[in-house]
Amino acid sequence: MINFQYSRAADVADAILLLTAHPGAKLIAGGTNLIDLMKENVEQPSWLIDISRLPLRKIEETADGGLRIGALVPNSDFAYHPLIEQRYPLVASAILAGASAQLRNMASVGGNLMQRTRCAYFYDTATPCNKRTHGSGCSAIDGLNRNHAILGTSAACIATNPSDMSVALAALGAFVHIAGPSGERTIALTDFHRLPGDTPHIDTNLDTGEIITAIELPPRGFAHNYSYLKVRDRLSYAFALVSVAAALELEGNAISEARVALGGVAHKPWRSFEAEAALRGQAATVEHFSHAADFLLQGARASAHNGFKVELARRAIVRTLMQAASATPQSQAHKKIA
Amino acid sequence: MNAYVGTATSRVDGRAKVTGAAKYAGEFTVDGLVHGFVVEATIPRGRIARLDTSEALKVTGVLDVLTHAHRPPLADKVEAWKDEVAPDEGSPFRPLYDDIIKFNGQPIALVVATEWETAKFAATLVRVEYQEDHTFATELETGRNRATEVKRPHEPRGDAAGALAGAAMRHEADYFVPTEHHNPMELFATTAVWDGNGRLTVYDKTQGVLNVHRYLCGVLDKQPDEIRVLSPYVGGAFGSGLRPQYQVVLATLGALALKRSVRVVLTRQQMYGLGYRPATIEHVGLGAKPDGALEAVMHEATAVTSRYEDFARNDSGWAEQLYKSRNSHYSHKVVRLDVSTPCDMRAPGAASGVCALECAMDELAVALKLDPIELRLKCYSDRDQSEDLPYTSKQLRECYARGAEAFGWSKRNPAARSMRDDKELVGWGMATGVWEALQMPVAVRIVLTANGHAEVFCAASDIGTGTYTIVAQVAADALGLPIENISVKLADSTLPQAPVEGGSWMAASSAHAVLGAAEDIRQELARLASAMPSSPLAGIDAAEVILVDGTIASNGEKSRAVPITDAMRYGKLERIEKHKLNHFAEDKSHARNTHSAVFAEVKVDEQLGVIRVTRVVSAVAAGRILNTKTGRSQIMGGVVWGIGMALHEETVMDHRFGRIMNANIAEYHIPVNADIHDIDVIFVDERDDHINRLGVKGLGEIGIVGVPAAIANAVYHATGKRIRRFPITLDKLLT
Ligand SMILES: Cc1cc2nc3c(=O)[nH]c(=O)nc-3n(C[C@H](O)[C@H](O)[C@H](O)COP(=O)(O)OP(=O)(O)OC[C@H]3O[C@@H](n4cnc5c(N)ncnc54)[C@H](O)[C@@H]3O)c2cc1C
Ligand code: SF4
Repeated sequence: MINFQYSRAADVADAILLLTAHPGAKLIAGGTNLIDLMKENVEQPSWLIDISRLPLRKIEETADGGLRIGALVPNSDFAYHPLIEQRYPLVASAILAGASAQLRNMASVGGNLMQRTRCAYFYDTATPCNKRTHGSGCSAIDGLNRNHAILGTSAACIATNPSDMSVALAALGAFVHIAGPSGERTIALTDFHRLPGDTPHIDTNLDTGEIITAIELPPRGFAHNYSYLKVRDRLSYAFALVSVAAALELEGNAISEARVALGGVAHKPWRSFEAEAALRGQAATVEHFSHAADFLLQGARASAHNGFKVELARRAIVRTLMQAASATPQSQAHKKIA
Repeated sequence: MNAYVGTATSRVDGRAKVTGAAKYAGEFTVDGLVHGFVVEATIPRGRIARLDTSEALKVTGVLDVLTHAHRPPLADKVEAWKDEVAPDEGSPFRPLYDDIIKFNGQPIALVVATEWETAKFAATLVRVEYQEDHTFATELETGRNRATEVKRPHEPRGDAAGALAGAAMRHEADYFVPTEHHNPMELFATTAVWDGNGRLTVYDKTQGVLNVHRYLCGVLDKQPDEIRVLSPYVGGAFGSGLRPQYQVVLATLGALALKRSVRVVLTRQQMYGLGYRPATIEHVGLGAKPDGALEAVMHEATAVTSRYEDFARNDSGWAEQLYKSRNSHYSHKVVRLDVSTPCDMRAPGAASGVCALECAMDELAVALKLDPIELRLKCYSDRDQSEDLPYTSKQLRECYARGAEAFGWSKRNPAARSMRDDKELVGWGMATGVWEALQMPVAVRIVLTANGHAEVFCAASDIGTGTYTIVAQVAADALGLPIENISVKLADSTLPQAPVEGGSWMAASSAHAVLGAAEDIRQELARLASAMPSSPLAGIDAAEVILVDGTIASNGEKSRAVPITDAMRYGKLERIEKHKLNHFAEDKSHARNTHSAVFAEVKVDEQLGVIRVTRVVSAVAAGRILNTKTGRSQIMGGVVWGIGMALHEETVMDHRFGRIMNANIAEYHIPVNADIHDIDVIFVDERDDHINRLGVKGLGEIGIVGVPAAIANAVYHATGKRIRRFPITLDKLLT
């Protein structure tokens, strides 16, 4: 860990001012990702701007019937909030599938969106990594890539985004509220994270000096027919090999609205509008769900060790959609998957 | 009298541990303590061309940076570096000795600063240039063709190759067990306290204070009274603390260089540069008659070792104890690679070797259409075949029977993929476990004071297994005192001798040392009591006297008794102090082993391959169990670890860099609570009058042996897929 300066932001405007004034500065919220990376010398901020005490901890109803969740709401408060449990249980389920109780108590909503990949080379400064050091090369492409992406990869990087929460948010069509030097803006969560392309060192479309202030959930919560399935190497406290967030609205047995997003397979939560369109108006059957899986996995490209993810994702998509369709009760605290 | 031995006595140090009163090596503090942070090599092989510490030294608070070129003297002779547990072949690693890089993660400098954070920061400023040797190799499988044969576990019997070739039923396969790291909860740490004039008190995380003491005296060229080593509590070690680890050299070097107290705590990541269970290819060949009688057993283990030491354990020889066969051949090969030397890790050798053997037995049972237990009973060996000796005791048949009954084995449908529970395939598997019942010379000193309290002193470590507790139990019973009146002091190099704590030998060894010293105290008390005026014990033969309820009493008639305190007052004794070194009688007429039968139920999600181990029954025969509570905990811990070995644990290396890529416990998976379901531990009655006075064999290692195989066999039974490459991750079931 290298030495750094530290200041506590007085308000959002102050945070933006500090960020702009000190190139090399970083915001710190829960610190559960940033501090780990600093200990490994992967992140070397010259300045830490502590935003953890800013008043961004509210969960409020929006005028159109959605919810606005402050960027500093702890992951656990988010998941256990009565309105989330009632109206957006998919989000609660996804959050509770992540990390551990202690981490979720510390982790903020903004930090969760901004958490960086778990690619082992990214974490090891003794190995080349384009994401850590732009242009140094990607060690994973010809190296150990069992945990890596199968969709949206580039010749420069095949890393995945590790967030569970984002997968559910992507499926529900959430928005990210941002404040910056030139004012406030809102972007769709699906446009927030980027694909690696030639610039894998840039994870998101957040600009210099910008800060996430809140996320917003649209009114539609899919509270009845939803499922978050996380497939991982142990039953808790592990990142997803593949995860699926599925949400359906049904009229009889016919699907009137469908949402599916994948985690653990790409540099961002992976959604396919074709897949969802193809499901609309169809019956909730394995056959139609398999068809949706085809759309979602179109163009999947495996590396040496992650070929299994293609088949695993296919099966997981079908399974999750079936669970959503039959409103399978779900608890992330049970010692089994569902 | 056995008020405590054999009962579920709670840990005598439990309260100290949960309240934080128990201090570990990295928690001792003295005035002026400074902190060292280790700089590690980032290449696997080569030389240090340049090591520039000037930037680091400029940081305020940095006191010094020790390197091979800048440090107090270290012994040149290889022998000085050979500790009690060092392999016979090779020369041990010498930290900061010279510019040669032998493995990735090798310590190459120690930054010492007034604050730990400062040292850690300054460590990033140490500039290293290497002269890399690109001919390095770190992969077992590609090195297999240049493996070197080392000592065999047993001599061959008959013609195993011929018998295997001619057998009616043959099973032959490779099983792969990956490199695994111990990951004890406590980080490796040393606090070296500068006592002035070159004298040091060293608090170290170790399984053997005397081993570290001798080692330090050798490598630092010190007289025995100039160094004292203590390790009062150890937060798990599992074998990783058997040999002195490099942090103890670095901390003591730092203290000698700076003439002040230095603490070095390794990071979790750095601990992956210490020892590990070596990756091993276990080749097993079994030849049988159609009825299951074995004709041939061949087992060849090929394991990783370093370039500088040949580490080898008995992986391949365990069928010799378990399964009758006229022909057998066991061998061990090592592949020398550019990695650090492996070290013992819970049930070294057996955990991997028996895993392969027991998977192979399962495969043979399937091929022969025999129940796996039936096959094992068919081949059951009542003698250790290598020496043709009977066992001091062997209740393995009873383990099979009790375990099977508790598990409900008789309801098993033998066909693979025949049982299911909703979306999950259900599989039942079993395996045998075996370990040695070892015992070593240990000495203790007991001091009995006139107020009826006793203190027991011994250099042995308690690595979390419960040595404090069993020593107190045995002493309380032997002295006839309540356990609250016994205090136990362990793990100090100035105390009576004990070997390193390992191999499951400490319970039996320390217990009998306590019995020996207590016996001398009993003799003395008997003499006093019988000499007292108008004593109810007047003239009694010392052999007739027992110590019970704080009294010296007649064995036949407990009411004929004298309080211990009275006898001591009469003798004008403030204290009775007895020191005893216990040697076990040499007895080559019997083989000594512990055994187990492990049964596992797995549920495998048919579509996704997710595996859950929903039930484990482990039936253990290990002689008399001194403490059923700590004993059960040992076995449960072993089972949990076995689940990890079967499904999770694997140290992953990128062989292009020769670097471990999952050197942290977020990515190096061990089971978490959600992975653990029912674990049922059964201690089978095993009376053993041969092995030692108490009939104790020791627990610990036996808990893990067989567990991974039982799970792998259950996975096969559930899915019809035989996974021979551990850990069994879900991707292996999908393809
Ligand atoms: C062992 C372990 C296991 C984990 N397992 C999982 C898992 O299974 N699933 C999962 O989803 N996550 C997992 N996590 C990750 C965890 O969810 C994240 O670490 C956490 O969400 C980050 O939140 P934080 O507030 O602590 O962020 P910090 O560490 O404080 O910050 C992370 C990044 O976000 C930036 N940032 C923070 N707030 C803002 C803001 N308001 N605006 C702009 N930028 C901001 C920071 O500058 C920094 O770059 C795990 C973490 C650990 C350590
Ligand atoms: S996949 Fe991306 S993060 Fe991983 S090594 Fe390659 S560039 Fe770095």
